[in-house]
Amino acid sequence: MTTTTRLSPMEMDAIAARHPELLKSSTSKRVRTATIAGGIVAYLIFSWWFFSIGQVLGNANWGIAGTYLADWVSYEVRPEIHIASDRTMSLNYQRNSPLGPNPDPDWVELDKETVTRRVEIPALTTQAARPRASSSFSFMAPGSALGGTTTAEAQNRVETRTEEVLTRVVVTYDRSTRIEIADSLVKATHGGETLVMAVDGADRVMPQGTLPTWATQKRPGEKMVLAFGATGWAEVEGDEVSVRNRFFGWANFLFDTNSPFFGKSYGEVASLIISGKRIDPARSNLSLAWNNILYNAEWQHLDVWTKLLQTVVMAFVGTLFASLIAFPLCFLAARNITPSFMTNQLVKRFFDFLRSVDMFIWALFFTRAFGPGPLAGISAIFFTDTGTLGKLYSEALENIDDKQREGVKSVGAAPLAVQRFGVLPQVLPVFASQALYFWESNTRSATIIGAVGAGGIGLKLWEAMRTNSDWENVAYMVLLILLVVFIFDSISNACRSRLMGRRAH
Amino acid sequence: MATSLLPRNLSDNGAVIERHWQELSSRRRLYSWLGFGILFLALSGSLWFANDSNAGKFFDRLPHFFDFVGDLAPRDGLEIFRAMFDLPSPYDDGSFKYNYPDGRLYLTDGFYIPEYVHKMLETVNIAIFSTIIGTALGFVLCFFAARNLMPNPWIRGTVRRIMEILRAFPEVVIAGFFLAILSLGPIPAIAAVSIHTVGALGKLFYEVVENADMKPDEGLRAAGGNWIERVWFGMVPQVLPNFTSYFLLRLEINVRASTIIGAVGGGGIGELLRLSIGQGHQAKTLAIVILLFATIFAVDQFSAWLRRRLVGEQAFQLAQ
Repeated sequence: MTTTTRLSPMEMDAIAARHPELLKSSTSKRVRTATIAGGIVAYLIFSWWFFSIGQVLGNANWGIAGTYLADWVSYEVRPEIHIASDRTMSLNYQRNSPLGPNPDPDWVELDKETVTRRVEIPALTTQAARPRASSSFSFMAPGSALGGTTTAEAQNRVETRTEEVLTRVVVTYDRSTRIEIADSLVKATHGGETLVMAVDGADRVMPQGTLPTWATQKRPGEKMVLAFGATGWAEVEGDEVSVRNRFFGWANFLFDTNSPFFGKSYGEVASLIISGKRIDPARSNLSLAWNNILYNAEWQHLDVWTKLLQTVVMAFVGTLFASLIAFPLCFLAARNITPSFMTNQLVKRFFDFLRSVDMFIWALFFTRAFGPGPLAGISAIFFTDTGTLGKLYSEALENIDDKQREGVKSVGAAPLAVQRFGVLPQVLPVFASQALYFWESNTRSATIIGAVGAGGIGLKLWEAMRTNSDWENVAYMVLLILLVVFIFDSISNACRSRLMGRRAH
Repeated sequence: MATSLLPRNLSDNGAVIERHWQELSSRRRLYSWLGFGILFLALSGSLWFANDSNAGKFFDRLPHFFDFVGDLAPRDGLEIFRAMFDLPSPYDDGSFKYNYPDGRLYLTDGFYIPEYVHKMLETVNIAIFSTIIGTALGFVLCFFAARNLMPNPWIRGTVRRIMEILRAFPEVVIAGFFLAILSLGPIPAIAAVSIHTVGALGKLFYEVVENADMKPDEGLRAAGGNWIERVWFGMVPQVLPNFTSYFLLRLEINVRASTIIGAVGGGGIGELLRLSIGQGHQAKTLAIVILLFATIFAVDQFSAWLRRRLVGEQAFQLAQ
């Protein structure tokens, strides 16, 4: 036992030389491996050309991909500072700003001044009055007439007004990033570098000094794009500075800007609900708050939850009905239960038909039958899974142990009793386990057939994506879907391992 | 049976046992009925909810359940054949309904590929291409997720979580995201299907690896092989047949998946089918359905045959 056999290297080589077939794979095997590998590589190259992948990836707008991804978990606030030619400024926020109708965030510092000045009435008013004059005057040379009258009227239409204007605006992005605008000079600081730009109030931006890496200008005098990384960016034009300040999180997740609870801290909301005066005299603050959350215009919580429930229901009902119908049919399809070849083949081919037409095609058909909604989804899942489950069930039946059946038959049991006591106890756990598995996997498929109109959250997801501006809603729905899938995954896994023992996978 | 020989009255011990048995069986019956009751309530609640939130109501629309069969009846049997092979139709009135020859893809002056065959090939290609990509990535990842090859629980856990997320992430979202960045075309579908495939196959692969025989691995470790050598020479040869079988199984699933993704904006035959059903073009719809049915059936049969050759009957146990 313990004798050590030591071979000298020379002897090992001699053995290797005598039995080459042990150490070298046969030629045909090597050729086959090389052929398969070469075939795959050739196919990949062909597909690269067939789908023109290189070209499409080259033309893709990767810059916007970063923005879209950032939109999943953050939002932008967009103040726009308009610079007039007399160095005064005004400030607007985007429509439906996440900060509400009259925002005054502490990261925007404003110096105001009340000035009395002579203002030219915008050209809009003069032009609105023009067509009447010109149409009665001449059709032949409208261009020359236009030039003449505009100047004449503009001279007359200068008014003196007293109004509040901004003289200095400071936008602070974060500790190392800020933009300061005053006296037709835009001073941007980011990462220790400062760029000063002179703007003329019309259409020219002139940077002073060399541009830092975070600033780009396509041609001298044109708009300057300042990219500050994750914290936002800004665009400087001759008469406007567009600030895009990005904040982490989901804006107005509970209350939208129209809600009376908007902008209040959790503590304030809680105290309002518990002991505050009724905001709406008709109902309690709690029900008002709950209603405001459900009907949040931006996030549409109630709608999203309803659609998610539809998806879950589609998978549940579809799979349940499919297993109920597949159950009796599979006995007809199993050749050891029903000895008629014709019946076996007929039922099996019927299962194949249901499966191969595919859930998606069924979904399209039933959307026409029932109209968009979960009924179409249920029917589609029902049809496809009757085929799939029927096939799996009949295979399980064909693999049963015959001893039990013979035992029951030998004591003279009726045919139905033979199935009940000889066959069912063997296959029922398998049947239930497979139905559970498909329930779980259908929760995922139901999302996708929803996108073609068969009800559920799929369509809502698809619509949110098509606008390209609601990525945070997409993220919210995806999170909910993942949550539901994981919950059902663990429920179904737990049930299946109880049914089947440890080996269920 | 000799019932008369049994004692009429049980002893105290016997009575206790009988009572326990009766209690157990009645409790069991109660649980079964309770289970059925809950299931029934859940089912009726679900049905009510589904019916309530549907556009058309079930009983109103039930007579129209098989309307689509009527919608599919073409004007004559040959129409399907013409639609499938892009032959001119005698009913051509200039509308989209009968403009079969418009979609021809000419390879040479005289030889063309019919539109639907071309699109079907595109869909199948999307499936094959993304299955290959997904398999390659899943193959690399699975060895990091298998307990027997990666003792470090942090790496193993991270890789497994990544796979779970890739698997559960809705394909529609991935397709939609790439659709927003790239132009319309098959690449969003490829991205969506491959990403899902990485997660799904990665899981099946590492389960195969965990069930593999560790003796070759021990031998390699004893001879001083490093991790990559152990994987490549000890593990890969024994798991390769199973991996190939799962690759083929995934290919079947992906042909269906790429059709659906195509319908929501990824090109291929799915989009044509959705349009054709929506516009009520009977012959076109039937031609596409038949083509799809034949393709899916052929891919299924081919893959089943190959899997049976590779790993025998084991390939047909429940796994997806």
